[in-house]
Amino acid sequence: MPENFRLDKGGLINRDKKISFKFNGKKYFGYEGDTLASALIANGVHLVGRSFKYHRPRGFFGAGVDEPYAIVQMTRNNEIDPNVRATEQELFEGLEAKSVNCWPNVDFDIGAINNFLGKFFPAGFYYKTFMWPKSFWYKVYEPIIRKAAGFGAASIKHDKEKYEHKYEYCDLLITGSGPSGLASAYAAAQNGAKVILAEDKPRFGGSLLTSEVTIGNKSGKEWSEEMIFNLKSMPNVIVKNRSQVFGYYDHNMLVMSERVSDHLPTTDKYIPKQRLWYIRAKEVVISSGSIERPLVFGNNDTPGVMLSSAAKEYLKVYGVLVGKKPIIFTNNDSGYETALEFKKNKIEPIVLDTRKDTNSEIIKEAKELNINIKFSYVVVAAKGYKKVKSADIARISDDKKSIEKIENIKCDCICVSGFWTPTIHLASQSGNKTKFNEEIDAFIPSQSKQNETTLGSANGVFTLEETLKTSFSKGEELSKKITNKDNKITVPTVVEKKSSNHDKFWCVPLPEGKNYKRFLDFQNDVSVSDIHLALREGYRSIEHVKRYTTLGMATDQGKTSNLNGLQLVSDVENKLVPQVGHTTFRPPYTPVSIGAIVGREIGKHSKPTRKSPMHYWHEKNNAVFVDAGVWLRPRYYKQGNENLFEASKREAKNVRQNVGVCDVTTLGKIDIKGPDSAEFLNRVYTNAWLKLPIGKARYGVMLREDGIVMDDGTTTRISENHYHMTTTTAQAANVLSHLEYYLQLVWPELNVNVVSSTEQWAGAAIAGPKSRNVLQKLFPDLDVSNQGLPFMGYMEGNLFGVNAKIFRISFSGELAYEVNVESDNGNFMWEKIMEIGKEFNIQPYGTEALSTLRIEMGHVAGSELDGRTIPYDNSLEGLVSKKKDFIGKRSLSKKAYIEPDRQKVVGVVPLDKKTSIPEGSYIVKDANAKLPNPKLGHVSASCWSVEYDNPFSLAIIKNGKNMIGQKLFALSPLKNKTIPVEIVSSHYVDPKGERVRS
Amino acid sequence: MLHIKCPYCGLRSQNEFSYGGDATVKRPELNKEVSDQDWDNFVYLRKSPKGKHLELWQHISGCRQWIKVERDTLTHEIFKTLKATEEV
Repeated sequence: MPENFRLDKGGLINRDKKISFKFNGKKYFGYEGDTLASALIANGVHLVGRSFKYHRPRGFFGAGVDEPYAIVQMTRNNEIDPNVRATEQELFEGLEAKSVNCWPNVDFDIGAINNFLGKFFPAGFYYKTFMWPKSFWYKVYEPIIRKAAGFGAASIKHDKEKYEHKYEYCDLLITGSGPSGLASAYAAAQNGAKVILAEDKPRFGGSLLTSEVTIGNKSGKEWSEEMIFNLKSMPNVIVKNRSQVFGYYDHNMLVMSERVSDHLPTTDKYIPKQRLWYIRAKEVVISSGSIERPLVFGNNDTPGVMLSSAAKEYLKVYGVLVGKKPIIFTNNDSGYETALEFKKNKIEPIVLDTRKDTNSEIIKEAKELNINIKFSYVVVAAKGYKKVKSADIARISDDKKSIEKIENIKCDCICVSGFWTPTIHLASQSGNKTKFNEEIDAFIPSQSKQNETTLGSANGVFTLEETLKTSFSKGEELSKKITNKDNKITVPTVVEKKSSNHDKFWCVPLPEGKNYKRFLDFQNDVSVSDIHLALREGYRSIEHVKRYTTLGMATDQGKTSNLNGLQLVSDVENKLVPQVGHTTFRPPYTPVSIGAIVGREIGKHSKPTRKSPMHYWHEKNNAVFVDAGVWLRPRYYKQGNENLFEASKREAKNVRQNVGVCDVTTLGKIDIKGPDSAEFLNRVYTNAWLKLPIGKARYGVMLREDGIVMDDGTTTRISENHYHMTTTTAQAANVLSHLEYYLQLVWPELNVNVVSSTEQWAGAAIAGPKSRNVLQKLFPDLDVSNQGLPFMGYMEGNLFGVNAKIFRISFSGELAYEVNVESDNGNFMWEKIMEIGKEFNIQPYGTEALSTLRIEMGHVAGSELDGRTIPYDNSLEGLVSKKKDFIGKRSLSKKAYIEPDRQKVVGVVPLDKKTSIPEGSYIVKDANAKLPNPKLGHVSASCWSVEYDNPFSLAIIKNGKNMIGQKLFALSPLKNKTIPVEIVSSHYVDPKGERVRS
Repeated sequence: MLHIKCPYCGLRSQNEFSYGGDATVKRPELNKEVSDQDWDNFVYLRKSPKGKHLELWQHISGCRQWIKVERDTLTHEIFKTLKATEEV
C-alpha cells in the first residue's frame, strides 16, 4: 500500500467521484478535478521522467503551464498525444500515460550514464563533438542523436480527432481570469463592450484560488466565483476556460487554443477535440499573471524540489501534500504562505530565508505559530537520487559570497521561492518595448505598439488592492473609448497581508571541493557551469548564449529559467540585466498541437476539389483521375486490365485513326468585353490582334514584362466588342489577375471589362480524322465543311435544343473542334457526343493521351512554358510582332535572349527506338565526360509516339536550331540511365500542319 | 495577420488579398524608346525600404480591385489605403 499524500478534506476536487487511471502501466486512483500531476503526487509518485541531456530523474516542478519536467505521453480516445504536461492534463476515468525520454523505463534508464559522462556533454557539445570525421555525420552521429533526442513520440497514424477553427471579433480580449482579468472584464462588460475572457486553466480565478485575501466581505475565491457568475450571465461576454491565448500577431490579431475535449475520455460526436480561435480585438488586456522564479543550488533538479507556489496550489486546490517533511527555501514573503498552509494541515515546515531576520505581517504570523524559521540560511544541495531525502543547508554570509558549516537535515521536499517573474510574453510578442524593473528584478511591459494593456502581476504589481483599483479603472477607460458608456464601479475594500522586500540573492555558491550541478534550465539541462563556459568561449549576446547552450529553448520556452539565466550572464559579465537584455519572445506561449493549427483543412479539405460537369460520367466509365491544379481530370479510361501506358496509347491512337473526345472544361476562360478590347489584346499578346474578324479564333502568346512566356491559348472574337479568351488550366487565375492589373493600374483609359467564365462553360474537344462526321451529326443544320467552318473558325449552334459555341481549334494536331455549352448542359452534350460518335468508333481520351498527341506534334505546353523560356526557345518567334509594342517586348532584345546559340525546343528520339527517356534527363555531348558533365539542356516532356510506335521526347537545348541530326546522349542520374539519342525536329508528326486544315 | 481596409469593401483580413509589390513603379509608355537601364529599373530593381512603403494589393477573394496600401514595413502599421487611380 503506497503512502497516501491526500488530505482528508480541503481542495476544490470532487471527492464523491473517484477516478482510476494508469501511469507507466500501474493503476492509481484520483478524484474528479485532479490533474494527472496532483493525482500522482497524492499517490506518492514523484518520478515522472528523465531529463533531456543527462537523463537525470525528474519529478514535478510546477503546477501549470510553467512545468518543465512532467511531460508524459498519453493515450486518449485511442489516439496518441505526445508531450502532454501532467500539470495541465485533467484526470479522467481510464486515462493512460507513460514517461518519455527514458529506456527501458523511468526507474532504470540506460541513458542516465550521460549523467556520469557529463563532462563530455558541455554547452555546445553537438558543435564540438560531431564535426569530424565528416563522413561520420550521416552514418553514425546523426542517427544516434535522432534516437536520443526529443521527448514523446508522435503517432505515425492518421489522427482521427476533429479540430476546428473559429473567427471572432471583440472590443476587449482579456487573457487570464485572475483578479486583474476579472476586474477589467467586469468593468468593460458593464460599459456594454463585447468582451472575451480567456482562462488557460479549468478553474477561473487565478491567484485568488490560493491566496488568503478578503474582497468586500468575501474570500478571494468566493469573489472570483461571483464575478464569473455575473460575467457569464451577460450577453456581451464570452467566458472561456481551458483556453490559452498563445500568440499576439499584427493588427491586434490573437490566436487562442481551446482544449474542448482533452479533459474527457472521448470526444463527443460533432464536438472537436480542440478549437483554435482567431480573435481580432480592438483592445487587449494582458492579465496573464506571474510565475515564481526558482532559487538555484546544487542538485536543484532532484524530484521533490519544486516551486513553493506549486506546493501551495497542490494543497489548496487539490488537497494534496507534496511532502510531509517540507523545507521552504525562500528569498521573499511568498514562501511563508506555503509554510502557513503546511502548518494549517499539521505538517511542520522548516523555512530557510536568505534574508536577515525581518518582520512583516506574514513573518510575524509564522513566528507566532512557532514555525521553525532560519534566517540567513540557504540550501546548498539537495540529497537523494530519485527523490529528495535530505538537504545540505548552511548559514550564508551577509555579503552572500560564502557559506558556513554545512548541516544535513532530513526532508522529503524543498519548496523554493525566488520571487516572481511577470508573464510578459504576449506583451512582448505584440511589439511592446519592455523595461527592466529594478524593484522586482524583472522585465515588465513599457511602451505599447499595438492596443494592448498589461495589468496586475503581469505588470509587476503584486498587491491585490492596487491590482483591483487599476484593473477596474482600465476596464472602464478602454471600454468607454469604444462604447461611449461610462459606468463607474466602486472598488471593494481589500484585506491582504503587506509584504516586506524580497532579497535579490538567487544563486547559492558552491561549497569548496564540490561541483554539484546547479540547473538554470530544467528541461534542457542547462546548468550554471554551461553558461560560464559559453561566456568563457566568447559568447556575449544573450541570443547567442541562448542558442549555444539551449537555455530557454525547450517546450516550456524558459518560463522558469530565462530571468535566472540573464541574472547569471549579467553577474559574470559585470553588466546590469537591462544591458544584457532578454531574448525575443515568440509565439506560441505554450505548445499548440499541429492538429489544432491545421484544423479541418486535412485530406480533401486541404484545398478545393473542382470537378467538371461530366465528372460522374468519367467516374462511371472507369476514368482514373489526376490532380490538375485544383481540378480532377481523367488521366485515362481503363479498359479491362490495361495499365496507364496501354490505355493512353490506345486512346491516342484512336484519335489519330478515328475520333476521340476529351473533357476540356478545366481550361481557363475569360470573357472580355468593351470597345477597346482589340487594342487591349494587342498589347497583351505578342502577335497582332487588331484585324481579327468576328467569328474567328487566333492563337496567342502572352509574356511577362521580363520577356518570359506567361501563358498561351486561343482567343475568339464573338462579336464586335466581345472576345472569349482561353488560358491553360494552371495559369487561369494568374492571367485574370494580370489582365486586371493592366486594366486597373497601367491603362485605366482602356474601356474593357474582364471576368472569369471558366465555370460557366463545359467543354469537349472532339479530335481526329472523323471528328467532322461527328460534328455534322451533332449539328445537322450547320455547314461544318472545311469552307463553312475553316480552321480557326467559330460558330454558334443548337445541340439538340442546347446553345453551343463551336471552335475549330486543335491541340492534338488533328482535325478537331471544341464545343462549349453552359455547364448545366455539359453532361447532356457529352452523352450526345458519345452516342453519336459510336458509329465512328469514338473513345474518350484523358490527359495522358492528350499529352502524347501534343508532344509528338511538337506543341509546347506547361513543361516547356516553365517560367524560364522566351518565345524563341519554344519556336514561337513567328508569333512575335516586330511592328507593335506589347507587354514584355522590350525585354526580348536583352543580350542573353538574342545570343546566336540561344536554347530552343527540339525533338529527341532514342537510337534504339525502344528506350523511353525519363523527363528531366540532361542532354550531353559526351556520356563519359568528367563530372559535372556540361549539359546542353534538359528533356521537358516524353511520350510514346503512337504515329511511329517508338519513344519521343521534347527537349530544350542550347543552340537547338543547329542541333538537328546530331547524335547526343540523354543522361538520367536519378534513374541511372544513359541513352544514345538523335536530335530531330520538334514537329515529329505532320510537320506542315496539314491535318488541322483538312 | 494584417487588417486591410479595402476602399471598396471595408476592413478585411489579409488572407483575402494578394500582394502586388511597389506601387510607385511606373511602366514606361508603349512605343517609346526606353534605355536598357530604365527598362531594367522598371522590371527588376525595387527598393526595400525600412519604414513607409506604398504598395499594391489585390482584393483577390473580394472585389478583385487592385488597391494601394501605405504600410510601414517594420511595424506593419497601415497609414492609408487608396483606389488604384488615386494618388497619395
